[in-house]
Amino acid sequence: MSEETQHFLDRLADIRAGRESEPTWIAARRQAGAARFEAMGFPTRRDEAWKYTDVRAIARGEFALARDAEFSPASAAALTLPIDTHRLTFVDGVFAPALSTLDGLPEGVSLQPLSAALVENHEAVGGPLGRLTGVEFSPFSALNTAFMEEGAVLRLAPGTVVEKPITLQFLSRRGEAPVMSHPRVLVQAGGRSQATLIEHHVGEEGAANFTNLVEEVILERNAILTHYKLQEAPLADLHIASIHVEQARDSRYTSFNLNLGGALVRTDLISELNGENATCDFYGLFYGEGRQHVDSHTLANHNAPHTFSNENYKGILDDRAHGVFNGKVVVKRDSQKIEGFQSNANLLLSDRAEIDAKPELEIYADDVKCSHGTTTGQLDEEAIYALRSRGIDRQTARGLLTLAFAGEVLEEVGLDAISERVELAVAGKLPERFNLAGLVEVAVALDDE
Amino acid sequence: MLEVKDLHVTVEGNEILKGLSMTINAGEVHAIMGPNGSGKSTLSAVIAGKEEYEVTSGSITYEGRDVLEMAVEERAQAGLLLGFQYPVEIPGVKNIYLLKAALNAKREAEGLGEIPAPEFMKLIKEKIAEMKMDASFLQRSVNEGFSGGEKKRNEILQMLVLQPRLAMLDEIDSGLDIDAMKVVADGVNSLRSEEHAILLVTHYQRLLDYIVPDRVHVLVDGRIVKSGDADLARELESRGYDWVLEESAA
Repeated sequence: MSEETQHFLDRLADIRAGRESEPTWIAARRQAGAARFEAMGFPTRRDEAWKYTDVRAIARGEFALARDAEFSPASAAALTLPIDTHRLTFVDGVFAPALSTLDGLPEGVSLQPLSAALVENHEAVGGPLGRLTGVEFSPFSALNTAFMEEGAVLRLAPGTVVEKPITLQFLSRRGEAPVMSHPRVLVQAGGRSQATLIEHHVGEEGAANFTNLVEEVILERNAILTHYKLQEAPLADLHIASIHVEQARDSRYTSFNLNLGGALVRTDLISELNGENATCDFYGLFYGEGRQHVDSHTLANHNAPHTFSNENYKGILDDRAHGVFNGKVVVKRDSQKIEGFQSNANLLLSDRAEIDAKPELEIYADDVKCSHGTTTGQLDEEAIYALRSRGIDRQTARGLLTLAFAGEVLEEVGLDAISERVELAVAGKLPERFNLAGLVEVAVALDDE
Repeated sequence: MLEVKDLHVTVEGNEILKGLSMTINAGEVHAIMGPNGSGKSTLSAVIAGKEEYEVTSGSITYEGRDVLEMAVEERAQAGLLLGFQYPVEIPGVKNIYLLKAALNAKREAEGLGEIPAPEFMKLIKEKIAEMKMDASFLQRSVNEGFSGGEKKRNEILQMLVLQPRLAMLDEIDSGLDIDAMKVVADGVNSLRSEEHAILLVTHYQRLLDYIVPDRVHVLVDGRIVKSGDADLARELESRGYDWVLEESAA
């Protein structure tokens, strides 16, 4: 066993105390996770799936486990999206009831922290948990399983339509020493249910924590879920996430993977399209600056005929930031009449920014419609000139065009609070002279008339 | 206001303007006419600062400033604005963003603060009505999916909002039907005043029925070979360019 893995597993001692009320199977799963993690070790760049992403910043880090969820309510409020929502808030992975809003959950909706669900509902949770994302998926999923103790369980009874979005807020705290958390999220959407899930990662400036998230999402027949992952963690945070979705017939999953924060970010998004007419839409926007590293891996598995996947990812990279996009569409044999479309465009704002973009198609059926493409470029000089010719300075012109580029994904966002926040965040990273807020205000005012 | 002296300009090694001189005073409307390839568009493009043009000799002075030393945006801020023959589409940048950013840039250069939002809204609504455009244009991306006529109206709308001291309009009449031409011409005419000057570049006399120039210049092979008043344009319309060419060769 390497020192690095041992270092992490040593921390398991911290979670074993005081867990008598848990079901016995959970301990067995943790052990299986630990054993698998120990066997695999951290991925290296020799692993194809991690070729462009170096995780030594995690492997060599020292992370304790947080043991409380103390956070000033005023600071938390300032970090919270202005949306009327049902919300579970976690501080460094620890559930914070005082910061959560759980009253008024409609009938048919069960939203619980994992720790509570394991005690109260463990039979229902035990089956699906780990079914989609097993310990084999990656060393990080194994590590997550080894430390599995907190997270969220959302269950929607068949036919339940939830009006307000449901938010999982993950706050990263600036502490004396970095901490790690391994949140585990399970979503089970019953037949014909509909909901919007917001996953919001945010925190205090100067925090440098490691989040290792695993999410499993099960959509039964005709279920519709829109999932916003807004990752604006502090700029020194390390963030690894996998989201694995299973879709039954006629279900629809829409993902917005919006990455603005973090020093090292890796997201794996996978959808299993298992029934006819199941549809997934993957939208992504990442903005990297400084030396940020942002890696998005997506996979649409067309396991059944007449299934649809559609993807549009945009990346903006400044300074010495490094982006990775790997989008894969796999069409199984006999999965005829499927449609899989994929597009990725990247904008490099600096000569030293870097992108590794790889679209992949694996098709084993013959009657399919698939397309993919990736482009990387600089801002359009002709458009910059057109704006300058109206008196707009070069920096502002670049800002306007960068926003326009991001806007192609943001215009698909159905929640104004999220699209405006991201637009302002992107604008905020652009030169200060550019008063986007004033421009947006005017456009919004005009729209309201 | 603007003085061009013995201007020589090359594009990719070809000399396009070969010693062009002209003076535009405040309050005047000048029209530049000439056969295709005579360099008509080059003059306004060089004044506006288009980058692929190389000035090999000569000077352009605007209100005592050396224009060739000014950045593209500085020229626009100072009141030198070019309406393009082929306006560029800028996907994702709303018209209203462009208008507000441009107006604020000009105000900043003039030492004024940002325009207050209500004042801006009032101004925009007034101008858009003048151009007989629908308010929904403001929320649309600059020129994206616009028809030829809509693009030209949009150029004039920018002029009306920014009120340039010298508006240069390159073939603003091309691709316009007669109704759109009237709207565009009315817009341009509303810019006329004691303080403002206009430079029209056009191939056809037609536009000059609506915007009557004070001076007409005929450009042939990179030089102004003949200047006159509005009657010269009419003469060119009926007689063509050949007689001017013959006269200048003589």
